[in-house]
Amino acid sequence: MHELGITRNIVSIVEEAAKGRRVKRVTLDVGQFSGVMPDAILFCFDIVAKGTLLDGALLDIQKIAGRARCRSCGGAFDTTTLYQACACGSRAIDRLAGEELKIREMEIEEAP
Amino acid sequence: MVELEAQILAKNDMLAAKNRGWFAGREILALNLVSSPGSGKTTLLERTIRDLKDRMPISVIEGDQATANDGERIRAAGAAAVQVNTGAGCHLEADMIAKGLAELKPAVGSVVMVENVGNLVCPAMFDLGERAKVVILSVTEGDDKPLKYPHMFRAAEIMVINKTDLLPHVDFNVEEAIANAQTVNPQIRAIQVSAKTGDGLASWYDWLQGEAAQARLAG
Repeated sequence: MHELGITRNIVSIVEEAAKGRRVKRVTLDVGQFSGVMPDAILFCFDIVAKGTLLDGALLDIQKIAGRARCRSCGGAFDTTTLYQACACGSRAIDRLAGEELKIREMEIEEAP
Repeated sequence: MVELEAQILAKNDMLAAKNRGWFAGREILALNLVSSPGSGKTTLLERTIRDLKDRMPISVIEGDQATANDGERIRAAGAAAVQVNTGAGCHLEADMIAKGLAELKPAVGSVVMVENVGNLVCPAMFDLGERAKVVILSVTEGDDKPLKYPHMFRAAEIMVINKTDLLPHVDFNVEEAIANAQTVNPQIRAIQVSAKTGDGLASWYDWLQGEAAQARLAG
């Protein structure tokens, strides 16, 4: 269950950036091949956020689908596995999307 | 809305880079050994330590959820070892390696083997600062494991197929396993060994010595 440690990282990065202000919403980019399960992060988030500036915040996970570019023919294509070959047969591909694991943004509560 | 664009594993990656520099400055070859539980990582290490003790100083960082058994086995084989118990953790992280190194104090020009927690999933995500990941696959597992756990086989530089002495008794197809690993990672090297009988270990030792020589050149 590495998602627990990853969720702790998320909460600590956001808390540091929030500088004492309350956080209402956090948006993550999680790629299909990032190696983490969005549901498991959601499961951990409320528990880890308890008692922090993120307590009660909404966690919005944007799932990013896999996409790659072929080094042989130059074409870009969607991928459903980490090792999908290009339609031209080449396995030499550069991954364009799908490995993201980052915090995109946070919404801060306005001062009253 | 506040833009963050923060990489969630950035802290681990930074600590891993620090470890990598530490190793390079001391011309140490650091390897991260990963596999399922029961693939024979510890047996391979014990044998390697015994066979190479006059040629290559090896020390070991052992990761396990519980018990000090593996560390004791390694010390009995003649190498220094520190055991880093991960408790509930399913993988080692870069800061645990840094703490382990402070205790282990490996010699300049030596080899540090990190025996990761037996798990083919998350150890693939956490860089420890190693020069290469070595994935061990035993023939009592399925030959389709590289396709089931593509992250790990993609992250590894070399696949050691272990327990080849058992091939007559199991359905494991070596060619198929290598083809599957190369589907996921066209650059991966594959060697076949039996840590028990010693069969094939010469090519493992050749690879190790080649890597150690490069670590010394790079340092």
